[in-house]
Amino acid sequence: MDIKILLVDDEFDFVETMTKRFHIRKMPVTSAASGMEALKLIDEQDFDVVILDVRMPGMDGLEVLRQIRAKRPLTEVIMLTGHASLDAGMQGMSLGAYDYVLKPADFDELLDKVRRAAERKALNVSAQARG
Amino acid sequence: MIESSGYTKLRIKMILTTLGFSLIPLLILGYTIYRQFEAAHTGKVIQHLSHLTENKRRTIDLFLNERLSQLMAIAYTHQVEYFLEGSTLESVFTLMQARSKYYIDLGIIDQNGNHVAYTGPYQAIRTANYKEEEWFSQVQAKGFYISDVFLGRRNYPHFIIAVSRRDGDKTWILRATIDSDIFDSLVQSDQLGANGDAFLLNADNVLQSKPRFGPKLLARMDLGAFARFTGVRTETIAVDGKPFLVGLAWLENKNWLLAIRDDPSEEMMPLAHTRSLMWIILAGGFLLIAGGTILTSNTILAQLVRSEREKAMLNASLTQSSKMASLGKMAAGVAHEINNPLAIIKEKAGWMRDLLEEEDVKASPNYKELEDAIAKIEYHVTRAKDVTHRLLGFARRMDPIHEDVNINDVINQTITFLQNEARYRAIEIHTGFQTDLPFVASDSAQLQQVFLNIIDNAIDAIGKDGNIHIRTMAVHDPNEVIITIKDSGPGIPREKLDKIFDPFFTTKKVGEGTGLGLTISFSIIQKLGGQIKVESEEGQGATFIISLPLNKD
Repeated sequence: MDIKILLVDDEFDFVETMTKRFHIRKMPVTSAASGMEALKLIDEQDFDVVILDVRMPGMDGLEVLRQIRAKRPLTEVIMLTGHASLDAGMQGMSLGAYDYVLKPADFDELLDKVRRAAERKALNVSAQARG
Repeated sequence: MIESSGYTKLRIKMILTTLGFSLIPLLILGYTIYRQFEAAHTGKVIQHLSHLTENKRRTIDLFLNERLSQLMAIAYTHQVEYFLEGSTLESVFTLMQARSKYYIDLGIIDQNGNHVAYTGPYQAIRTANYKEEEWFSQVQAKGFYISDVFLGRRNYPHFIIAVSRRDGDKTWILRATIDSDIFDSLVQSDQLGANGDAFLLNADNVLQSKPRFGPKLLARMDLGAFARFTGVRTETIAVDGKPFLVGLAWLENKNWLLAIRDDPSEEMMPLAHTRSLMWIILAGGFLLIAGGTILTSNTILAQLVRSEREKAMLNASLTQSSKMASLGKMAAGVAHEINNPLAIIKEKAGWMRDLLEEEDVKASPNYKELEDAIAKIEYHVTRAKDVTHRLLGFARRMDPIHEDVNINDVINQTITFLQNEARYRAIEIHTGFQTDLPFVASDSAQLQQVFLNIIDNAIDAIGKDGNIHIRTMAVHDPNEVIITIKDSGPGIPREKLDKIFDPFFTTKKVGEGTGLGLTISFSIIQKLGGQIKVESEEGQGATFIISLPLNKD
């Protein structure tokens, strides 16, 4: 099963490397450098999992999260916080994020969380289709 | 804080000022009252003396007047022939003596100075002629005469009163001799006190009565020259170098000066009493004021020192708090900025690791080296991450939760984490818990972090072989739970003691400690409303004292 991933982060090097690492694992990743760009992409396509940096210039991660939840309630979001702030992570969780990962993240951990988020999304989608 | 010499100066200044302001009015008051009393007393003494002198003068004048009147009455009621008949003079004299024992004799002298009749003990003077005597011509001229005291033919101190009567062309004189002892008894009296004195002086300063002290009768007594004056005068006259207050009055009937000398010791007794009383009161007042002043200034200074110290402590704690706050902000900023590059480094290393799995790279002779290098990069990124995460944790503004916490349980649990490490280093952890310790409304997880930090530090400080004592107890006012953690380590040098809670201050080797453990502990305890202090002396170990408030607000 292909997981459609959107990676939102303003650090170009980070996005680039992450994209490469996902690709080498046969997981296509679309990337966005800002919240606005991400929301535009989400309007166009249906992503399974969004990896969203909390602290970005322009629109802040939590605001992006809110809008994603409004547009695509089934899309799972994993918050990426460099702000260590459990606060921000917690706040994200309360806004409906699937989970959060502290920067600098362990790639395997992130990968694991992405897989599980995708599974939940699939479950939710089929539940909705049945119900 | 003011140094101790400053306090000493302040204390001396306070004591001197207070003493000055209290003692000067006291002294002025004492002096004024004493002066007033002295003046009033002296006035009273003078008044008393004047009164006494006046009274005595009247008595003596009255005495002389009476004698004179008596003789006048006798002389003018009978012809001279009457007295010359038989024993008439004798019986008159007996009658006079019956009234006054001081009459010595009585005689009648004709105009030629011949003693024509005499009655008295001195029969030898019966035939004496007085024509040449001074008093004889005086009595002829004035009609009466009172003499000074003299020894005369009788060789006994006496004085005479003579009265002359002109009867046609004849003149005769009635003369009485009076024992001058009468003056002694008239002048002296017990009103004079033990050392007072009184006497009569004639115009030439010759004593006419016996003084109690000093020269004898008829000797000279030099009080100075006093022109005749009316009334009473008081003078201070030096006798034998000592000043005496003397009351003076001239008699009306005779040019004699009555002098009454007061008893100086008796006169000054009340003054001396007052003076000693005043000194006693002044000394008592001084002691009281001095004692009070010293007591008050000590109390004030102690208060001052205490408030200075409290202020200094408050300042120190405020400084520490604001230092923490600004450092927290800075640390969070720095940590965040470092986290992003760290994330990239980590991902790059991860990417390299991904690439190493490719077939051709695996065949490279340097494969092992590359893998090793990547592992090292990842390890050190993780290490850096630990630091930044702790920094962010320190800066994190997370509201502590409030639950009922049994401090003893939290400490016991913390000890179990460290028990193995301690046992391995032969360190014994002793606990002395108050068993009925009240629950504290606090955050057990955060408290555990604090205890962990401190006990871990204690173990590190001891190194090997030692003891850690942990005690808990509840105190009142303020209601707090006190936790003391005491180690037997080398202690903390004085100059490092106030830096111990500063961020990045560490005595551990590079790489072993971040220098954040106590900083975080401090900030946690502060957020929980408590206090953390450290007491230590070099070589005596260190004691951390944590106090947590019991009330839930």
